[in-house]
Amino acid sequence: MEKLEFARVGETMYHEKLENGLNVFVFPKPDFQKGYAFFATNYGGMDMRFCLGGEWHDTPAGVAHYLEHKMFDTEEGNALQDLAANGASPNAFTSNDITGYYFDSTEKFEENLRILLSFVSVPWFTQESVDKERGIIGQEIGMIEDDPHWKCYMNLMKALFQHHPIRVSVAGSVESIAEITPETLYACHKAFYDPANMVLCVAGPVDPEHICDVAREILPKEAGPIAVKDYGEKEGPRAAQSYIEERMEVSAPIFQLGWKGDAQINGEDRLRQELVGGLALEVLLGNSSPLYARLYREGLINQEFGYSYESSFGCAFLAADGESKAPEAVCAAVAAEAARIGREGVDPALWERVKKGVYGNRVRGLNSFENLCVGQAQAFFAGYDFLRFADIFDAITKEEAEELIANWVTGERTALSVVRAKEET
Amino acid sequence: MSQMTRRELFPGVWLRAVHTNKFKSSYLSITLLTPLDRETAGANALIPEVLRRGTAVHPNMESLSAALDELYGGAIEPVVRKKGETQCVGFVASFLDDAYVLKGEKILEPAADLLCEVLLKPCTQDGHFSPDYTASEKANLIDRIRAQINDKRTYAVQRLTQEMCRYEAYGVDKLGDEKSVSVITPASLWQRYQELLREAQVEVYYCGSADPDRVAGALNRALSGLPVNENRVDPDCEVRVTAGPEPIVVEEAMDVSQGKLALGFRTGGQTCWEEDYPALTMCNAIFGGTTLSKLFMNVREKLSLCYYASSMMEKMKGLVLVSSGIEFDKYQTAKDEILAQLEAIRRGDIEDWEMEGTRRTLIGGHLSTLDDQGRQEEFWLGQAAAGLDTTIEELVDQFENVTREQVAEAAKKLELDTVYFLKGKGV
Repeated sequence: MEKLEFARVGETMYHEKLENGLNVFVFPKPDFQKGYAFFATNYGGMDMRFCLGGEWHDTPAGVAHYLEHKMFDTEEGNALQDLAANGASPNAFTSNDITGYYFDSTEKFEENLRILLSFVSVPWFTQESVDKERGIIGQEIGMIEDDPHWKCYMNLMKALFQHHPIRVSVAGSVESIAEITPETLYACHKAFYDPANMVLCVAGPVDPEHICDVAREILPKEAGPIAVKDYGEKEGPRAAQSYIEERMEVSAPIFQLGWKGDAQINGEDRLRQELVGGLALEVLLGNSSPLYARLYREGLINQEFGYSYESSFGCAFLAADGESKAPEAVCAAVAAEAARIGREGVDPALWERVKKGVYGNRVRGLNSFENLCVGQAQAFFAGYDFLRFADIFDAITKEEAEELIANWVTGERTALSVVRAKEET
Repeated sequence: MSQMTRRELFPGVWLRAVHTNKFKSSYLSITLLTPLDRETAGANALIPEVLRRGTAVHPNMESLSAALDELYGGAIEPVVRKKGETQCVGFVASFLDDAYVLKGEKILEPAADLLCEVLLKPCTQDGHFSPDYTASEKANLIDRIRAQINDKRTYAVQRLTQEMCRYEAYGVDKLGDEKSVSVITPASLWQRYQELLREAQVEVYYCGSADPDRVAGALNRALSGLPVNENRVDPDCEVRVTAGPEPIVVEEAMDVSQGKLALGFRTGGQTCWEEDYPALTMCNAIFGGTTLSKLFMNVREKLSLCYYASSMMEKMKGLVLVSSGIEFDKYQTAKDEILAQLEAIRRGDIEDWEMEGTRRTLIGGHLSTLDDQGRQEEFWLGQAAAGLDTTIEELVDQFENVTREQVAEAAKKLELDTVYFLKGKGV
């Protein structure tokens, strides 16, 4: 078993690739009461087109999420209840990139881990149970479609990208899920829920070797074939459209601003870009930047304002969102500030301060087992180790952030999505 | 392993320090404990919000934000909480632990200084709070008070306690009410702030890698601006043992599609100060405290009478509060069924899986508190307000030994005091 030390952040990570191809990561935490396990597949909402055994499949939007709902069913009943009866709190989520199942518990950790590995690896779908779920997921879709923030975000994706599947909602639509059958679910489970396409991350008072033994015992012995995914041709730098608007029930206009980036291929470059992107946002419009203070004072943004760097396989962008009576003015102010930074550079004192702040927040975030395990699962699928950030971070220069701002925050790469109140009739 | 100490820094100013290397952050909080009172609750809730806007040294959000960045992205949040009949106002703060800084700096001392600067050295104008900050935070607080009605689930329980404890301090909300907040001026708020600093018991909490002497040293210095007072007020809580002869029933109609039914019980004098407290805790958990509970499994899942049904306990005041969401016409059936579930516990009608599953969930919940600095702080603030020193580990031991008979006995002492029903208009 491989042992990796991340001394700067006080973490040790054990890694083993099992005979069946499953990658296991364990963070031993002997001082803690609770153990946390995260079992994830490299399969998310955007993996709709794939090739398995030489044959191409085009599946409807929403299959990964539908599968997540149905995986808890077992031949004997329901894994959620089995875990709850053992004092564990289980749950799951589907993102654009991955689907993950998890629980935490202070007792019977091994028994709970067996339940987790077992229900995720053994599918059990019937026509009746799949049909019943359609109503439940349909309601969930109805609920999120009523959410103006979600609508604003999905519109931004449509405006930024020409064809990348990140434009499609993870849950799909009522129409797309109507096509999902037990056979679709079995086929996608077979294509993506093979141990060789999955990771298991565990944090807690556990023995890493023992975790691997349990996984060997429960999961299939050999690796199966893994599907090849297709996201279409590479996105160009231009936003598909610069402005998109929707009318909904909102008390004040809400907006999402996006700047389309150049996606990195998998590996540590992706991590570095994430760190540079985050720092670029801080100096451009972050909470302690001069622009933020000015926009706040002028009433163009309020405490709802937020921002993030985001990336998935084949796409990357900067985003900022909030409430504003004049979203176009916010957009123009950011463009002007980016131009100023282009001319004058980032204030060195601000750079040092922001770097400290971002670093500290990231390290404090490691208190959370969920953050550690989900972070490592996502990082592994993207080709790096989550905790490597601590070493890379220090070496990032002001010039890298300035360059990213100069390259990305430009007119042709900008898109603005706005949701305004319905007009009085 | 972690080690905990408690000491008095100044008269009525207490420090509880948890010494541990488990976490990447150090957690600091300072809380002023003051009797919950209709007259002062709104002003007390407003004070930390106004203080957080700026200090004499860092007079606005930008400069405070920059100071926090220098301390590796620390956070200082204003909070107001209610523990029994004590209103707890102050700040919780989290900073990078000294062990993880990049250049060997010490964070604890400057962090304690900054936190105490926010508490003790406000940005002032003409000898009191800034009119700008006071006005905008007043508006925010009034928005928060008005917004309470948006979440009907919380609102129903809030209305239940208001009605049930109409003549007790517990009936006052932790944010105060709109009327008392709207008349606050920068000068009146300043006066209340001076009173609080002089009279309230002060609880300081620390959890992190620094040894307790170093923590005490840092806070002794940082808090030296606090007025000295040998007679700071101890928290107190009135416990009414019995309910009235007949339950009070309150009905309200609003434009809602789902009804809310809330039932308030007195625990017959069972509180956190009594020996039967572990049994009462188990009783509440079995009744409606978990997803294995009787209310969840029977009233919600099996009979589908409610969209949700749960119960919670107020350990100082001696209350058990049931909260449920129902169809308007299910009022009587749902109420009867909730009471029938309590009756079953009184008879000792508790399956082994209910008893043990609940015990495991309760114990797991308590033990995992030790893994979270924020939840630990919350637990110890509750203990401070109650004047108790019982640890989480001691409570867990007590839960291990609760018997079915003790749970039944605890249930027998519950008395229905008030029923609150929120129904639709025209029903």
